[in-house]
This record gives sequence, C-alpha cells and structure tokens, in this order.
Amino acid sequence: MKKYINQLVIISFAASFIFFSSCTEHEGEEKLPVIHAKLTHAPNVPPPTGRDYPAKVVVDMEVVELVGKLADGVEYTFWTFGGKVPGEFIRIREGDEVEFHLHNHPSSKLPHNIDLHAVTGPGGGAEASFTTPGHSSTFNFKALNPGLYVYHCATAPVGLHIANGMYGLILVEPKEGLSKVDREYYVMQSEFYTEGSYGEEGYQPFSMEKALDENPDYVVFNGSVGSMVGDKALKAGVGETVRLYIGNGGPNLVSSFHVIGEIFDHVYTEGGTAVKQKNVQTTLVPAGGSAIVEFKIDVPGEFILVDHSIFRAFNKGAIGKIAVGGNENESIYSGKVKEEVYTGKKESLGAINPSTGRYNSNAEEEKYVPQFAESNQVDYSELSKSAQASRKKEEGNTDILSFGKQVYTTTCSACHQADGNGLPNVFPPIKNSDWIAKKNKEEVIDAVAGGLNGKITVNGKSYNNIMPPQNLNDKQLAAVLTYVYKEMNKSSKTVSEEEVKKYRNSKSITGN
Amino acid sequence: MLKLLIMLTFTALTVFGQKNTVPKEMILVNGGIYTPLYVNDTTSQNVEVKPFLLDKYAVTNRDFLEFVKAVPKWKRSSVNKLFADENYLSFWKADFEIGENVNPNAPVVNVSWFAAKAYAEWKGKRLPTVAEWEIAAQADSKSKEGYMNQEFVNLILKWYSVPSSKNLPEVGSTYKNYYGLYDMHGLIWEWTSDFFNALVSGESRGDNGINRNLFCGNGSVGATDYKNYPAFMRFALRSSLKANYTTANLGFRCARDIK
Repeated sequence: MKKYINQLVIISFAASFIFFSSCTEHEGEEKLPVIHAKLTHAPNVPPPTGRDYPAKVVVDMEVVELVGKLADGVEYTFWTFGGKVPGEFIRIREGDEVEFHLHNHPSSKLPHNIDLHAVTGPGGGAEASFTTPGHSSTFNFKALNPGLYVYHCATAPVGLHIANGMYGLILVEPKEGLSKVDREYYVMQSEFYTEGSYGEEGYQPFSMEKALDENPDYVVFNGSVGSMVGDKALKAGVGETVRLYIGNGGPNLVSSFHVIGEIFDHVYTEGGTAVKQKNVQTTLVPAGGSAIVEFKIDVPGEFILVDHSIFRAFNKGAIGKIAVGGNENESIYSGKVKEEVYTGKKESLGAINPSTGRYNSNAEEEKYVPQFAESNQVDYSELSKSAQASRKKEEGNTDILSFGKQVYTTTCSACHQADGNGLPNVFPPIKNSDWIAKKNKEEVIDAVAGGLNGKITVNGKSYNNIMPPQNLNDKQLAAVLTYVYKEMNKSSKTVSEEEVKKYRNSKSITGN
Repeated sequence: MLKLLIMLTFTALTVFGQKNTVPKEMILVNGGIYTPLYVNDTTSQNVEVKPFLLDKYAVTNRDFLEFVKAVPKWKRSSVNKLFADENYLSFWKADFEIGENVNPNAPVVNVSWFAAKAYAEWKGKRLPTVAEWEIAAQADSKSKEGYMNQEFVNLILKWYSVPSSKNLPEVGSTYKNYYGLYDMHGLIWEWTSDFFNALVSGESRGDNGINRNLFCGNGSVGATDYKNYPAFMRFALRSSLKANYTTANLGFRCARDIK
C-alpha cells in the first residue's frame, strides 16, 4: 500500500510539473504554425527551412529492421530509422517545437527508441520514445541549441543497436540561418562488425567479439561499401561551393575525415555553429559527433572522401567520391605535364655503388651524401644474390620474344589475360586485334607508354575504359610490343629500342 | 548445514515423488539459483527458484482457439481494449477462425499479458516468472549452463537480430534443450508473469532509481553480466511492454507449481 501512495505522490508531482511548464511555455506566444518535416535519405539534405520564425514541426520516423546490402555480395540485417542506413536527415530551426512520432514497425523483433543529441532532457528523448514492435510513441521537445547533432537508438544493449545501423543527423539551423551554398550533402560514417572478414560473401551476422574488441571489418560512408562511387558519386561543378554535413555513428571509431585534393575552407568543428577553423586538411569527427565543412571547388575531376586513418579507406570501405564537371584551370592544377628519366639527385654525385649502397662521390661532397647507418645494417646478401641472379637472366636473355613474353606476363596479362583474349566488355583483346593492325607503330607505342582513355572499337566490339600509362623502359617496351606483334597478331612488325626512344623524344618535345 | 541438508533431501524427495504426476505436455524444471541481470542494494543478488513445471511447447493457435471458443469474452471482436490492444489476434481470419494462411500448430502471438494469463488460469496453470523462465531458458541442448557456451549465446543473438518472419513455423521446429523444453529461443518472445518487474529481483519495483527504460550506457549500470547481450535484449523487450500490448512475435507458455 505504501508503494502505491509513493507512486501517487510522484505522479501528481509530475503532473503538476507538466502543467506548470506548459503554462510558462505558451505564455505570451502566438500559436505556432504547424509544419510536417521533410526528411531525406543520405546523401541528400532537406532544403533550408527558409523561416525567420519558429514553428511546430511534426516529425514522423519509422523504425524498420531489414536485410540489406553491406557490400557487393554481402548482406546484413540493418536496424534503421526510415528504412536505410544512415537514418533520415531532419532539418529544423532553432526555437522550433518538435512533435516527434517514433513508429516501430510490427515486423520488428525488438523495442527501439531515439536519443537525439539536439534534445535537452533526460535521455535525449530515449525514455519517452521507447517503443515495442507494432507501436508508436510521441514526445515533444524544443530545439534550444542550434547545431548539427547525431541521433541514435539507445535501447540496451545500446552498442548493438548502433552497430546495426541506428543513427542519423538532425540539423538545427541557427536563427539567422546558414550561409547560402550551391550544394549540400549528408555523409555519415560508421562501422560494421561481421562474423566473416571484409568481402566474405553471403549473409553476415553481427560479431559481438569484434565489436567488443572495437575491431570492425567494415568502415563505411552512408551505410555500405560503394554508397557514393560510380553513378552514385556526389555531384558538383567547378566554381560551386559545397557544404558537407558529416556525422559519425561509430559505434566505436573516431574518424579522420579528409577529402583528397580539397582543402576545407571552413570547418564548423564538432558540428557547432561557429566557423572554428579555416583551411583545414583533415577534421576529426568523434563517434556520436559531427562536423560541417565547406569548400569551393576550383578544378574538375574526382575528389575522394576518406577516413584518413587510411587502412579503413583502403581495406575496409571508407571511400566516397565527388565527381566534379567543368573547365580545367591549369594555373591552379596542371595535371602531369612531363615525365622523364631520373638518374639520381645530382649528376656530380654519380651513381649509387650497389656494393656499398652509397654514392660514388667526391670527397668534398661527402657531407651531403645520405648515409646508411653503420649499425642496424641488414644482411641483404641473400636478397642481393637472387636479385643478381634474375638480373643476369634478364641480361643474358638475347631472345627478345621470350623477354617480351615475360614483360607481357608481369605487366599486361592481369587485364588482357595470359592468352591475350582480354575480358568481354571490359578489356579488349590484344591477340588478333584489328585495332593493332590498323594503328601504326607509333600509335601502338603511345597506347602503352602514354595510356589510353575512352571509347575504342576492337574486332567490332566497343570498349570504354582506362588503360594507365605503363612504366616500362625502352628495352621492355620494345620487347613486349615485338612479342605482341609477332606472337599474338601474326605480324612481321617488330619494335626496336631506337623506335621507342624516338617516340619518347617526340613526346617530350610536344609535352613542353 | 544440517538444516540445508534436510532441506535439500526434502526437495529431492518432493521432486522424486512428483515425477510420476508430471503431465505429458509439461516438463519438470528443477529450479536453482538465478542471478538477475539487474540487482540493487536492497535486494539479494540471487533468487532461489523452486522446482516447477513448464509447458514443453509454446501455446499454439489451435490451443488458443479452443480457449477463445470456451471463453468467448476473449474473442477478438469483444475483448476489452484495456486488456488487449487493437492488434490482438489480428492475424487470424475471424473470431473463431485461424485462417488458411496461418499454421494452427504455430505459436499463438499478438496476445496480451491479460489474455495469456486468462488462458493459463483456464488451463489450471499460470505464467512462469522471469526467474523461472530465465532458468529454464539458460540451458542449451547439452547442459543447464548453456549461457556459458558462447556458441549458444551467438545463436540466440542471431535470432534476436533478424526481423520477425511473417509466417511463424510450428512449435518444436527449433531445438530441444537439456530439460526437454522446445523453442525456448529462436521462435518467439514469451510473456512472463512479472515482466513489469523485469529490472529488480524482488517483488517490488525497488527504490534506488534503477532506470526501467534501460537507455544508452545506463543500460549497463547495475547489471550483473554486462556481456550477456541476449539477456539485455530480453529485458529491454519486457521493459517496453504494457500488459495490454500485443506484438507479432510475442506469445507464451504456461507453468505450474508442483503440488
């Protein structure tokens, strides 16, 4: 009985508190206009509120658990705010009163809630929004502080709910609004902990062990590997200003967010409302935190978004792209204008003596010569023996065709295949190629040494791909092309080192 | 010590004596000491669970139809909304018809705590307590202490992590545990008699402010085993429920005291 009396007291206290606070809140205020928030999935951002007055903003968000793509051939069960990872972007204005409806889909296995870091109040709304499957909860909050905030599910065990994809961003515009930019994008980083290692195909369940070790197999932007590459790359044009709203859902890792080839003109560090720093290369985005970066695009090309904790980008998926169209500006960036042979720092220093690892230098220049430390010398004798052996083999190889085949195998076969037939629709055949037959020697040399780019037709089929310039010396280039002509195309043509040299000279003249 | 010995002997005798009277649809669970996931200073760390009987299978659609026919005030169209929300038995075709698309031998879901309790009483049984249910569910197929087996824990976690399937399989389709109980995990969530006390070990809600909603890092404060993710998830689910709620993956099975 005593228990019930206690509860009654608490309830009546709470009731009077609510009554009191609602009285003060509406005192002297006009009734606010009601607006239904437009939510967007990444990488899109809702348009600016465009308001200079507060409103009552109604937000409807549905929690759905579903199986989706984490990487090509890899599936994972995501728990989502709005059907995708990351959750939908919410955009409101400082001073808005938000009526938040959280709906938990009937097919959900678990109860969920939402903790918005933009909320002032216990649990950030988590307690008020705790919702069992097939139910909805409603709560209200007033956006007191402007800024870019993370929201996430906070149901126990909280790490698991975040690890499965339950996070997103809410932007509370400051009263005076944000400066106008040409493009705005929503990018959210997070990690996934799977039983199989990176790229292992099939359905991958969550690995609790890896999560506790904070050792994810996937670190991704916007919920999956490759979410912003190829056709899905973010778009921008030369001369435009771009603003990225960057969030980090974690659950564990802090991001070293970087855009390769761009410098952030402005950074609102940690998602606050002041430009705290200008001219930044890499900005730190904490787990459960955010940042806003702005930059003007000056030149066209591809700009790569990475977590510069770089193994995550290279091996775990943390890569996105901004594809920029427009005119080149060679005064800002020229691209490669020249490549030439380099024989050492200073000709006067002479060559490096392979037996000492030092320059064969004059005594008076000794002080400038880089030295290996005497101690810590590694015994390279075994390595150098085998290196010498292979060099001998190469030098002693007078048969240009077998040397050419060797170069082909190490340099060309990865794409054009060992048999020279290429890969259908991707890499054209080199064997019995009408393209090679039609082109003169110099054009063929140019294709290998200078690379090829764009659409070509080979044996009646068109290919649209890139072949990078191959880093081969004159001898190798001559040998491999002779091999390709004679062995693969039944041609009598050969290519000599002199012809390659002549080609290179003509190139470096036009290059200048 | 002697007292304890006598008690143990007595318990053993009672258990032995009752063995023959266990109904064939039920299983004897010997009980034991259960450590709740959440404890506070004013309650004991451990709860003693006396031997009890538990249904081998969860209650099926067919079973529940029988009940609704016998006690028609629990039929879908006439149930009081205070006792079952609007999704009560919503996947059935009609008040007294399960429908062709639902397996009659699948566990009944979308039933409220009140309805489950009424069913149990109609059967002369009751719902199991959290402690009883947890003790029974700790067993994997080989041992009572299945929760110590990380593989078993991972299996449960896997089931918790995927959304509910539209058509539930029949009861008995997952695994049989050490006691002979089927589907303690992997099929449905199950109601317990004291789900609303989920976070404290005793009968009352306790008074030290343990947060019933388990949000965020708070969820691990006061927990006795903060690596037992499946247990957190069950407690979170129980905490999200009210007694008139019905959901698409929540059913029940009945328990009984040993008389």
